[in-house]
Amino acid sequence: MEAAMGLMRRMPPRHSETALSALLSLLPHNSSDLLSQVDLPLQVLSDDDSGKRFILCEYNRDADSYRSPWSNKYHPRLEDAPYPSSKLRQLEIEANDIFTVYCDQYYEGGISSVYMWEDDNEGFVACFLVKKDGSKTGQGRRGYLEEGTWDAIHVIEVGPEEETTRYCLTSTVMLSLTTDDVSSGTFSLSGSIRRQMNMNLPVADGHLCNMGKMIEEMEGKLRNSLDQVYFGKTREMVCTLRPPSEVLPMRLPDS
Amino acid sequence: MTKRLNPTVGKGLLFCRSRKKVMAEEETELSDKQKKEIAKWFLLNAPAGEIQYVAKDLKSVLNNDDVYDEAASEAFPVYNKSHMICLEMPGRFGDVLVTSYGELQGNEYLDPKTAQVAIVDHVKQVCTEVRPATDEELPTPYVEEYRCALEAEMLKYVSEAYPKGSCSVYCINGKDVEGPGNDFELVAVISAARLSPQNFCTGSWRSIWNIECKDDIQVLELKGKLQVGAHYFEEGNVQLDAKHECRDSTMFQSPDDGAIAIASLIRHHETEYLASLEASYLNLPDATFKDLRRKLPVTRTLFPWHSTSQFNLTREISKELGIGK
Repeated sequence: MEAAMGLMRRMPPRHSETALSALLSLLPHNSSDLLSQVDLPLQVLSDDDSGKRFILCEYNRDADSYRSPWSNKYHPRLEDAPYPSSKLRQLEIEANDIFTVYCDQYYEGGISSVYMWEDDNEGFVACFLVKKDGSKTGQGRRGYLEEGTWDAIHVIEVGPEEETTRYCLTSTVMLSLTTDDVSSGTFSLSGSIRRQMNMNLPVADGHLCNMGKMIEEMEGKLRNSLDQVYFGKTREMVCTLRPPSEVLPMRLPDS
Repeated sequence: MTKRLNPTVGKGLLFCRSRKKVMAEEETELSDKQKKEIAKWFLLNAPAGEIQYVAKDLKSVLNNDDVYDEAASEAFPVYNKSHMICLEMPGRFGDVLVTSYGELQGNEYLDPKTAQVAIVDHVKQVCTEVRPATDEELPTPYVEEYRCALEAEMLKYVSEAYPKGSCSVYCINGKDVEGPGNDFELVAVISAARLSPQNFCTGSWRSIWNIECKDDIQVLELKGKLQVGAHYFEEGNVQLDAKHECRDSTMFQSPDDGAIAIASLIRHHETEYLASLEASYLNLPDATFKDLRRKLPVTRTLFPWHSTSQFNLTREISKELGIGK
């Protein structure tokens, strides 16, 4: 497993799906470990009942079907499938509504889905997902990107309800962006990072408020470290390879 | 590596049913040939300078030395040539670049600078021996004069522009041309790589400049292919992959003047390309990246999560924020 994760850390992030399926075929016995530790770009399905699209992940999957957060129905239809309790489903509905607004504000588009389920220790788990196609043919408002995807996965384990409740958040962001023009060629950055954050928060503020704030803070941090640290390090590397000279040397006339 | 959820956490919903068709699980064991192809894919996709690390992990994932050895023997030569790796030749001859332009038969690579032929162990990535090149392997004195002049100019340029760069100039067409009146083609390659595993960072810059010397129309035509990659992997995996192609031309002239003209064109284009890479980075925070996710919401204030518990939900929030949802 360690070697497999080592390989995932080195393969180009835009080929992570190919890399994972290759590892799964080489290590069929580690498939559930691999699938729980490696995140892949999110897939989307259309919910015919609501006309909205929803995001697929391990957390709304049962057998080969996925539950839509909008209609609460499995696609394709599935008998005896598990559902959250009606109380939790109520929270899930609210979370989906609010998170849609949140995404509009930060992503100017994109698709979001929130899934919740009870866990064994009287708490529950919530998974907030965002998928944004920022390319100029997608929902990129400014039209700079030939290709651009952002996938965010936030899983929050919420402890048993007490005065202060424990929230454990694990977030992953996967992104890729490519610009392409005649004068500068193709410029492509892709990557993924994962971070954790734990907090004890007063339950009186409401679960959604607590979870939402954590996610907002985490997304801000992840975006910032990708931009400043990760992209910055690759830029530093380029400048180490060929340091920029102060002035562009004069072009000699074609004698 | 942080572990996501304990898979038993949501056992009501998760991992209880048969898993979706995850490629191999219900299929038969892969054949050795399929395994070898997968192994080659991993090796060939290794970032610059990281193939040995990939090889080590791959070996332990494969757990089959025969398959690994076969995959390595096929993938390493391809990787080494496409990354234009630089190897030290024994016997104080300096370094040789492993490129398809210098490739002779077997694992032999010509170093035009020293007129030596390096025998390379691809998998170990070392040069094991050298032998002098034969006359047939080298260009005629007429072509060599042009090649050598360009090489001198390029070496000067590379030593100025790249702290750790290597450069070779090959004749790839018309090396038997004896004198004026015939065309020939040179290629100048630059390869610079940095490995800093302790800082979780690697990178490489590769330039390939084809120079067609067209005697009949008295023109030197220049075609450049530049490729820059970088990998940063401390608690994450982020990679830059940038490519650019350009063209230019100048007059066919004496070897020395031609070399100066070509080298200065190359310097000019590479400096401009570096500036355009810098510009791409500068555009990230406020332009390019913004199309993926904004730093702040459209309202420019943090999201009013607090109101969500007081008001009844979306309609209210939307109204409050003035977004007609």
